[in-house]
Amino acid sequence: MNRHDLHWNPVCRLDDIVPDTGVCALLDERHVAIFRVGDDELYAIDNVDPNARASVLSRGLVGNLGERIVVASPLYKHHFDLRSGECLEVPEHSVGTYAVRVEDDTVLVAI
Amino acid sequence: MKIVLIGHGMVGHKFLESLEACGLQAHVTVLCEEPRPAYDRVHLSEFFAGRSADDLSLVAPGFFDRPGRVLRLNERAVAIDRAARTVTGSSGEVFPYDKLVLATGSAPFVPAMEGSDRPDCFVYRTIEDLEAMQAAGRRSRSGVVIGGGLLGLECGKALRDMQLQTHVVEFAPRLMALQVDEGGGRMLRSHIEALGVSVHAQKHTLRIVDGHEARHRLEFADGSHLETDMVVFSAGIRPRDALAREAGLALGPRGGIAVDEQVRTSDPDILAIGECAAYEGMVYGLVAPGYDMARTAAAQLAGKDQRFRGADMSTKLKLMGVDVASIGEVHGRTEGARAFQFSDERKQVYKKIVVSACGKKLVGAVMVGDAAEYGTLLQTMLNGLDLPVAPEALILPASDGQARPALGVDALPDAAQICSCNDVSKGALCAAVRDGATTVAALKACTRAGTACGGCVPLVTQVMKAEMKKNGVAVNNHLCEHFAHSRQELFHLVKVEGIRSFDDLLARHGKGRGCDICKPVAASIFASCWNDFVLARDRAALQDSNDYFLGNIQKDGTYSVVPRMPAGEVTPDGLMAVAMVAKKYGLYTKITGGQRVDLFGARLEQLPAIWEELIAAGFESGHAYGKSLRTVKSCVGSTWCRYGVGDSVGLAIELENRYKGLRAPHKIKFGVSGCTRECAEAQGKDVGVIATERGWNLYVCGNGGMKPRHAELLAADLSKERLVALIDRFLMFYVRTADRLQRTSVWRENLEGGLDYLKAVVVDDSLGLGAELEADMQQLVDSYACEWKAAVEDPETRKRFRPFVNTDRPDPLVMFVPERRQIRPATAQERSPETETTA
Repeated sequence: MNRHDLHWNPVCRLDDIVPDTGVCALLDERHVAIFRVGDDELYAIDNVDPNARASVLSRGLVGNLGERIVVASPLYKHHFDLRSGECLEVPEHSVGTYAVRVEDDTVLVAI
Repeated sequence: MKIVLIGHGMVGHKFLESLEACGLQAHVTVLCEEPRPAYDRVHLSEFFAGRSADDLSLVAPGFFDRPGRVLRLNERAVAIDRAARTVTGSSGEVFPYDKLVLATGSAPFVPAMEGSDRPDCFVYRTIEDLEAMQAAGRRSRSGVVIGGGLLGLECGKALRDMQLQTHVVEFAPRLMALQVDEGGGRMLRSHIEALGVSVHAQKHTLRIVDGHEARHRLEFADGSHLETDMVVFSAGIRPRDALAREAGLALGPRGGIAVDEQVRTSDPDILAIGECAAYEGMVYGLVAPGYDMARTAAAQLAGKDQRFRGADMSTKLKLMGVDVASIGEVHGRTEGARAFQFSDERKQVYKKIVVSACGKKLVGAVMVGDAAEYGTLLQTMLNGLDLPVAPEALILPASDGQARPALGVDALPDAAQICSCNDVSKGALCAAVRDGATTVAALKACTRAGTACGGCVPLVTQVMKAEMKKNGVAVNNHLCEHFAHSRQELFHLVKVEGIRSFDDLLARHGKGRGCDICKPVAASIFASCWNDFVLARDRAALQDSNDYFLGNIQKDGTYSVVPRMPAGEVTPDGLMAVAMVAKKYGLYTKITGGQRVDLFGARLEQLPAIWEELIAAGFESGHAYGKSLRTVKSCVGSTWCRYGVGDSVGLAIELENRYKGLRAPHKIKFGVSGCTRECAEAQGKDVGVIATERGWNLYVCGNGGMKPRHAELLAADLSKERLVALIDRFLMFYVRTADRLQRTSVWRENLEGGLDYLKAVVVDDSLGLGAELEADMQQLVDSYACEWKAAVEDPETRKRFRPFVNTDRPDPLVMFVPERRQIRPATAQERSPETETTA
């Protein structure tokens, strides 16, 4: 996909995401997990945990391991880097990432 | 220097690693007859338990990429020309050498008998042997191992892992006749049989012929026979010395290539190491002496003086999950030696120590079923340490409240070899600790101690802790990278400083953003101290998925719904209400192990509506999630049962209602039985109550699950008021002091002072905390509110229960298929391709 094909999709209001938690959006049949870390940092990765094949990553606990900002999958506790999508324990099970931004209190995700 | 190494097994590879450690610049060619480089033969049976050949590999990636190293796979050495100093390989290629190292290992011994070469008869040595066994296993129902020694039992495990009906046939009257004595052999046999493996001792197999019901029939000398589909020979090993013999090298009296202290053969340019070598006539069939020889050989070639002076044959293994250890001389052959034995038929533990005539030195030891003292006893023998006055205490279980007279690691000299596989001394470990290695993982990484067989890890840990203590370093019990405190310390800080938010806790005592370890711990501590609504906006982000959605997450991302049914009592109307909900939402229904009705397959968005209906029917959250009180199981007690002496149901309901929702370091379960027949299995619970003629007996710290533990009697014949007060104190004491995810059973095992101390604190109030603990519990009881009720009534919380934030469509990845007239999650194959590929 070319850069200019990126389409910014409005997803929800910023206030719909409790700080330090995630929500899941359905965009073009993709399950995208969007995390609000602290008050204003946003990250988006695939929501399907490849280790369990269930759409659950947005329900994981958010935190940091060293320099990495991560979510721990609620099923088997694998950690995913929110910036790169890398699965720390099983790198071959890493997930995709998406660009995300806020405009007038609306959260937008590009796919 | 040109070195040729024949054989790339564990010992051969250790030689290469040792060469590198010595810094010797040499050109090394390795001839390996197997199709793959060195792998861990000691853990071969794990291949059947799912480890791959790659997992077993001993060779670091890139090891042979460096200049001066050549590995020739599938190249068997067929001849040595000592005059020309060359080795000829099976490919016909000739390899010149300055120094030759023989590490040809051993071959399995197959006893002479008719039919031993029939199809589906195997030896157990290489990965190829295992692959052939695996293929045969798929078309077999039963398997026999001939040989009940170390390797034979390992092999029995492999057959059992293939789900074959497994038999072990041993010529001697008992298993592991070389290593353990008669008592140990007996205990070992009952362990092995309990695992479903049949043991046939004192059986001499004469021939293998066609079977009637299975492929083969083993005919024994006593006239009996045994039928089986496959046979594996594991009756010992023979050194592979043919190549050396043909080259004219001297052999040991019972075979093996004769070597001296410098592991040189009769030709000084040829060395031999491992199971093909015989030192003072002895062939060592263990990996540790082989490693020692490998290090000696490398040192020799590098011009250093290191000598092999024989090896101790002590071993510790886990055979089919059973600990077996043998130290020194255990058959009572030492003159004047005296033996002490301990045997516990219930726990299936057997221990014996043999002590010298003077009573001061350890001669040998056997342990079956539990080998916790292996490291200490081995060091005591190897270093000739003096035994305590009553040496039997070394193997007797420690009685409550008393520390065992440990032979502290302080007594060991710095030279004591703690890890024999990797030759790591106590001195080296202590030095590493002083350099900052303060976890077992760090010690393993920098010294390699404990990385081979792992038998020395408990002793390594002891040495580490002792050295840390000596250096004034606190043993690390930090919760995670964000908090340099234990859970117990954090609890104290939260309570004393009145901290109510994670941000506050982090700002005062932690760093970073927190993680999936410290957040739930903080949430649990806040709940135990303040009991505020767990899903309030500033606490919601701390909750694990189960607490966040007030259900137990299942493998497909759906949740379970469990309405509380205190003590398992439920009215027909209640049952009907539950059934109506289950039917309406299409949920899978099952009675749990804890006397409740579990409803599975609830989608996130259905949870609030389901709970609204259950709450309307009079139910509340069953807390079948998170770390909290689950159920209080009960029998029907004196109300209905002709034997019951107390109202177990009435009491169980009261207790369940009192402690419901209590957040703890681990989930907690109760049981109340109406009489000593114990139909509620109360002694398998964290808190167990049993009715007596005079009141109630209180048992604590029992556990079902993976590591069962019987509960212990804390106090007897209590009135109900006293009982409740003691449970209050006990639970609150546990909640305050246990580690994260520590069950009461493990907490109890680690409690210094044991049961006596627990009794002193809880029953006799020795710390004067009784009233405070009771008051804390009463505050939690008084502030209880059903979380589900709060959740469904709060629009903000309720909004979180939706699969997608931008659409009301249900999650298409959640799919069910019918089974036995209910639903179950679809398997990956059952899902349609278009929903499988969402990305």
